[in-house]
Amino acid sequence: MAEHKTPLLDQLESGPWPSFVSDIKQEAERRKANPDNVEYQIPVDVCEDLLGILEMSYEDGETHWKHGGIVGVFGYGGGVIGRYADQPEQFPGVAHFHTVRVNQPSAKYYTTDYLRKLIDLWDFRGSGLTNMHGSTGDMVLLGTTTPQLEEIFWTLTHDLNTDLGGSGSNLRTPAACLGQSRCEFACYDTQDISYHLTQEYQDELHRPAFPYKFKFKFDGCPNGCVASIARSDCSIIGTWKDDIKIDQEAVKAYVAGEFRPNAGAHSGRDWGKFDIQKEVVDLCPTGCMSWDGSKLSIDNKECYRCMHCINTMPRALHIGDERGASMFIGAKAPILDGAQMGSLLVPFVKVEEPYDEIKEVIENLWDWWMEEGKNRERIGETIKRQGFQKMLDVTGIKADPRHVQEPRSNPYIFWKEEDVEGGWDRDINEFRKRHQR
Amino acid sequence: MATVEFQGISFDIDEDGFLQRFEDWCPEWVEYVKESEGIKDLTDEHQKVLDFLQDYYKKNGIAPMVRILSKVTGFKLKHIYELFPSGPGKGACKMAGLPKPTGCV
Repeated sequence: MAEHKTPLLDQLESGPWPSFVSDIKQEAERRKANPDNVEYQIPVDVCEDLLGILEMSYEDGETHWKHGGIVGVFGYGGGVIGRYADQPEQFPGVAHFHTVRVNQPSAKYYTTDYLRKLIDLWDFRGSGLTNMHGSTGDMVLLGTTTPQLEEIFWTLTHDLNTDLGGSGSNLRTPAACLGQSRCEFACYDTQDISYHLTQEYQDELHRPAFPYKFKFKFDGCPNGCVASIARSDCSIIGTWKDDIKIDQEAVKAYVAGEFRPNAGAHSGRDWGKFDIQKEVVDLCPTGCMSWDGSKLSIDNKECYRCMHCINTMPRALHIGDERGASMFIGAKAPILDGAQMGSLLVPFVKVEEPYDEIKEVIENLWDWWMEEGKNRERIGETIKRQGFQKMLDVTGIKADPRHVQEPRSNPYIFWKEEDVEGGWDRDINEFRKRHQR
Repeated sequence: MATVEFQGISFDIDEDGFLQRFEDWCPEWVEYVKESEGIKDLTDEHQKVLDFLQDYYKKNGIAPMVRILSKVTGFKLKHIYELFPSGPGKGACKMAGLPKPTGCV
C-alpha cells in the first residue's frame, strides 16, 4: 500500500474553502476500507499515488506527466485524454492516468439516480476522482487505465445511455447557459439548441475531420453566463428586436425602495438609496433612457440591448417578445496569433426548431474552413488570414455596418476586377500615347 | 520505453504502442499491430492508406491532415473508420509507423 508523506499538500487542508486535498484523502480512505466490496479494476491506491506525485511536483515545481498520450475507443477519434506518469515505479497507481470526457446534459441538470450510477461505474473502473465539470462542459472522469476504456464506454452507452464528449481536431462538446429553465432573461431555449446540435453533429464530434478544434456555446442573453463570446468558435447569444417591456408600477416600486436593485446583488454594502437616474438612466451606454420623476421611457431604436437596465430592475423591465439571437464567430485563446473574442456575423436570427437557418450558416463556415483552414488553424485565424469579407462571401451574408466597430482607417482597399470599369488588362502603349516617358 | 518481440523481430515502442523510430517499420509491424487496432484482415484499401501515410511522411516530415488523406485515397472519413476503427491517428498512423500525434487531443 503506497503511503506518501505530503507536508506541502497538507497545508491546503486548512482554510474555509472546500479542500481538494481533504476530498482526495477521503476517497483514498474509502477505497482502502472498501465498504461496498467493490472489485476495483485499477490500483486501489490510485488516490494516494496521485497525492504522492502531486506532492513531488509541489517540491520541485515541475509536472510529472509524460508528454501526450494517444488512447481511445474503437469507432471514435477522440473523447479520452491519455496520460502517463513519468515516475511509474515510484507511483505505480498512476502509471496510467487517462481522463474520460463524458457528454453532460445541457446546463448540467441531474438526478441523484443518474449520478449514483455514473459514480458506481467510476468507482469500479476508475480512480473515483472527477472534475465536475471541464471548462468546455464535459463531466470529466479523472484517471483510469487503457484496458478499462472500452469497458467504461460499454457501460456508459449500454447502461447509462450516455456518450463520450469531444477531443481533438473536431467539434467539441457544446454547452449552454441554463436558459429558459430558470432565467427570465433567456431569449431562446439554449438547452434545446445545444442538445439538438450536439445530436445533429455527432459525427463531427466523435471523428476529427477539421483543421483544428471547433466549439459551440449558447448564451440566452448578452449577459453571457456560459461566456460563449470568449470561449467558442461559434457563439450564439440571445436578443430581441422589439421594445423592452416596462412595468411603470414596478419601476415606482424600485424608486420607492420596495424592490431591491439588481435583485439584491449589492446588499453586502450600503450603497445608499436607489437612484434610478444615477444607477440606470445615466449608465445607459447609448443614453436612450429618460426618467421624468414618475415615468421611465426608453427610445428602443437607439437601445443596444446591453441588459444593464433589465439587470438592475428585473421586476420592472423585461426582454421584448420578438426574440432570436446573434451569431459571433472566431473566439480563441492566444495561441498562435493572439486572443480573439467572437465577431458579429449574423445580427439577428430566429432560434426555432429545427434551427435550419443557424445550421446553414454553420455548415457554410465548415465547408470553407475545412477546405481553406491550415493545419491547426482556428477559424478565427482563418478569418484574419483570408479576411472577414471572405467569411461573408462563403456564408452569403451581406456586409452591414453592424459587422464593424469602426470602418478601416488604412486605404489598402481591394477591389474585385468586375467592379472596376475596364478591368485590370491595360496596354502600356495606350498609356504612352497620352503620357510621354 | 518497452520492447516487443514479433516473428523474431524486436520493436521499441512507447506506452501507446507507437513505434519509437519510423526506420524500424517493416511489414511484420503491421501484422503485429492490427489485432490491437481491431483489424482482422488487411485489404488493399488498408494498404493504400498505409502507403500514402508513409510516402507523405517521408516527403513532408509530418502526417497529412485528415482532409488530404481523404482526398488522395478517395476514402471518406467514415470509410477510413471502417478500415481503421480507432481512426486515422491512433489506428492508421500507428500501423504505418509514423510518430504519435501530438497537440491538444
